[in-house]
Amino acid sequence: MSTLNIALVGNPNCGKTALFNRLTGSRQKVANYAGVTVERKAGEFRTASGKTVRLLDLPGAYSLAAASPDEAITRDICLGRRSDEPRPDLLVCVTDATNLRLHLRFVLEVRNLGVPMILALNMSDAAERRGIHIDRERLEALLGIPVVETVAVRTDGVSALIERFDRQLPPAPIAQPADADLHVEVRRLLSQTVSMPRATAAIDDAIDRLVLHRVWGLAILAALMFLMFQAVFSWATPLQDGLDTSVRFLGDLLRTQMPDGALRSLLVDGILVGAGSVIVFLPQILILFLFILILEESGYLPRAAFLLDRLMVGAGLTGRSFIPLLSSFACAVPGIMATRTIQDPRDRLATILVAPLMTCSARLPVYALLIGAFIPKQTVLGLFNLQGLLLFALYVAGIVAALGVAYVMKRLRRDETEHALLLELPSYRVPHVRDVLIGLWERARIFLQRVGTIILSLTVLLWFLSTFPSPPADAVGPAIDYSFAGRLGHALEFIFSPIGFNWQICIALIPGLAAREVAVSSLATVYAISAAADNAATELTPLIAAQWSLPTALSLLVWYVFAPQCVSTLAVIRRETGSWRTVAITAGYLFGLAYIGSLITYQVARALS
Amino acid sequence: MNLRLRDLSPDVEAVVDHVEELHVADPIAVRLRDLGFVAGEPVRVVAKGPIGADPLVIQIGYTRFGLRRAEAARVFVREGAA
Repeated sequence: MSTLNIALVGNPNCGKTALFNRLTGSRQKVANYAGVTVERKAGEFRTASGKTVRLLDLPGAYSLAAASPDEAITRDICLGRRSDEPRPDLLVCVTDATNLRLHLRFVLEVRNLGVPMILALNMSDAAERRGIHIDRERLEALLGIPVVETVAVRTDGVSALIERFDRQLPPAPIAQPADADLHVEVRRLLSQTVSMPRATAAIDDAIDRLVLHRVWGLAILAALMFLMFQAVFSWATPLQDGLDTSVRFLGDLLRTQMPDGALRSLLVDGILVGAGSVIVFLPQILILFLFILILEESGYLPRAAFLLDRLMVGAGLTGRSFIPLLSSFACAVPGIMATRTIQDPRDRLATILVAPLMTCSARLPVYALLIGAFIPKQTVLGLFNLQGLLLFALYVAGIVAALGVAYVMKRLRRDETEHALLLELPSYRVPHVRDVLIGLWERARIFLQRVGTIILSLTVLLWFLSTFPSPPADAVGPAIDYSFAGRLGHALEFIFSPIGFNWQICIALIPGLAAREVAVSSLATVYAISAAADNAATELTPLIAAQWSLPTALSLLVWYVFAPQCVSTLAVIRRETGSWRTVAITAGYLFGLAYIGSLITYQVARALS
Repeated sequence: MNLRLRDLSPDVEAVVDHVEELHVADPIAVRLRDLGFVAGEPVRVVAKGPIGADPLVIQIGYTRFGLRRAEAARVFVREGAA
C-alpha cells in the first residue's frame, strides 16, 4: 500500500494539535528535530481504503518569514529544505474558522509554495454558534484548493478530511505574483465568502473585562496560583505517601529475601532509592502539569503572561517566563521543560538559567530538618511563628536571587536588541478531556524517560562511591567514612570549613547530588543511624542540634537556597539547550552564589554569636 | 490626525494608518504587519497592564494581541470608525 506524507501547518491557536490528536489518537511519537530543541510530533493512521498516512504536526507559525526556531522548522519542512525530513506530499493548512482574518493570510502564504494543499476550517462548530457563515464552496473556488470543515473535538468531526486523503492529491496551487498584497486578498476573500455578526465572541469580551482588569485580574491570578499550589502540595501527599510506602516495602522485602552483599546493597540502596526518589515526585508533577494544561487549553495562560509581563521584563525575563518559574517551585525539571512555550531563544535561556533558584519541594525535607533542629518554636510580634518566618524567608531569598541574576544577565549580555512580546490572546475554550489526557501522558512519559534514566544511573554511581571500598573488619566509624565518598568528603573539608561545614556535612553533600532530599538520609548514615528507619530525621534532630553550631546550620540553609544540588536539573538543562556550556554556566554561578552566600552567613553569624 | 496606538485611549474606535520601522527591516514592524496591522484595519485598545499600563491588549481584526508599549508605539492610527 502506498504511504502518504502529510503535514499539518497553521497559525498558533488554530486547534492544530487537537486535530492531530483526533487523527492519530495515542499513536504519536514525540521527539526533537535534530540539532534544535523544537518538538517534532509525528503519528500514523490508516484511511478507509487502507492507505497509510504519516502525519507530521508542524509547529504553529504566523508567517513563513520565520521569527523563531519553531517557525524556521515549519518553513524549512514546507520548502523541503531539511535533509532529515521528506517534503510533505500534501499540506493541510489548519485555520480557526472564527479567526479567518488572521489565519487566511498564512494560508495564502503557504499556497504560494506550490505544494498540494487542503484548507481545513477547524472549529466550524464554534463558528456556527457565533453566527458566522462561511460559503465553503465559494472559498474553494476563489482559492483554487479544496476546503473542508473540521471539528477536532468531535469523533465524526474529521471524516470529511480523512475522506479527502483517499482521493487523488489535489493539483499544486498556482503561485500568485510575488508583490501581491496578501492582506488585500484576504479582505476580498472575506467580503465574498464570510458573513460575521460581530468581530469577537461576546463571552470573550465579558471574561476579558474581568480577567484582564488591573485589580480583579491580579486577584484572580493570585487565587488560581494559590489553588494550584494547594493542589500540588496537599492533594499529592496521600499518593506520595502511598508510593513511598510501596518503595520501602519493596526494599524491606528485598532485604529479607536476599543474602547480604553488594548486589542487595545495589538493588536496595542504589536502584530502589534512586528510582524511588523520582517516582515519589510523579504525583506532584502530574497535578502540576494537569493545572498547566487546563490553563493552557482554556486560553488563560497568555492572559497571565500579559498581567505579569511588565514585572518580568524589569528583571530581564518575559511574561511567558511566569509558568515555567512557577512550576519550578514543585521541581525545576518540569519547569525547565515548560520553557518550550517561550519561542524567543534569548528569553528562554534566561528563564532556564534562573529556574533552579525557585525553591523546589525537594529542598523542603532539608529545610525542615535544619529549622526544626535549630530554630526555636517562638512567636514573633505575637502573630508569626519564627520557624515559619524563616521558611518563608528562604522562599523569598530564592525569588529575589532569581530576579537579581536575571537582571545581572540582562546587563551583561551583548545582545541589546528589542525582543517582542506580540502575544496572542486566543478565544476562551472549555478544555477537552481527551487533549488534556494526551498532553499529560506525553509529559509524564518524557519526565520519566529523561529524569528516570539519568537519576537512576547517577544514583548507582553515587551508591558505588559511598559503598566501596568497604570498611576493614576492625572498623569503628560508619562504613561510608571509609568509602570513596567518605574520602572525598574529608578532602573537601578544607574548601568548606570557611563556610562552617564539617566533614559529615561534606560527605552527605555527595549523595545529595542525586536528589536534594537524599542528603537527609545520607546525614543519618554518616551519623550511624539506620537510614532505612522511618524516623531518620527525628533521630537526627537532637544529634545535629547538639553537635553543630547555629552558624553552621544557617550556612547550610543558605547553601541549599543556591547550590546546584541536583544533577537531574543540570541534565535537563543539557537536554533542553543542547549545550554543555549552559550547564557549566548554570552550575558555576549557582556554586559561586552558594559559597559566597554561605560564607557571609557563617562569618556574620559567628561574629554575632 | 495620526496618533500612536500606544497613546490611544481604551475602547476608542480607530483605524490603522501605518506601521513605522524603527530601523531598516525592523523585524517587529514586519511581524506586526503580518499579524494584520495594515492600513485601513479597525483597531481598539481593550485593556492595559496593571503596572505602568504596559503591555496593552489590542483588538485587531478578529484577534487580540498583547503588545508592549514599545511595540504599540510603532503603529500609527486614526480615531474613528473604518
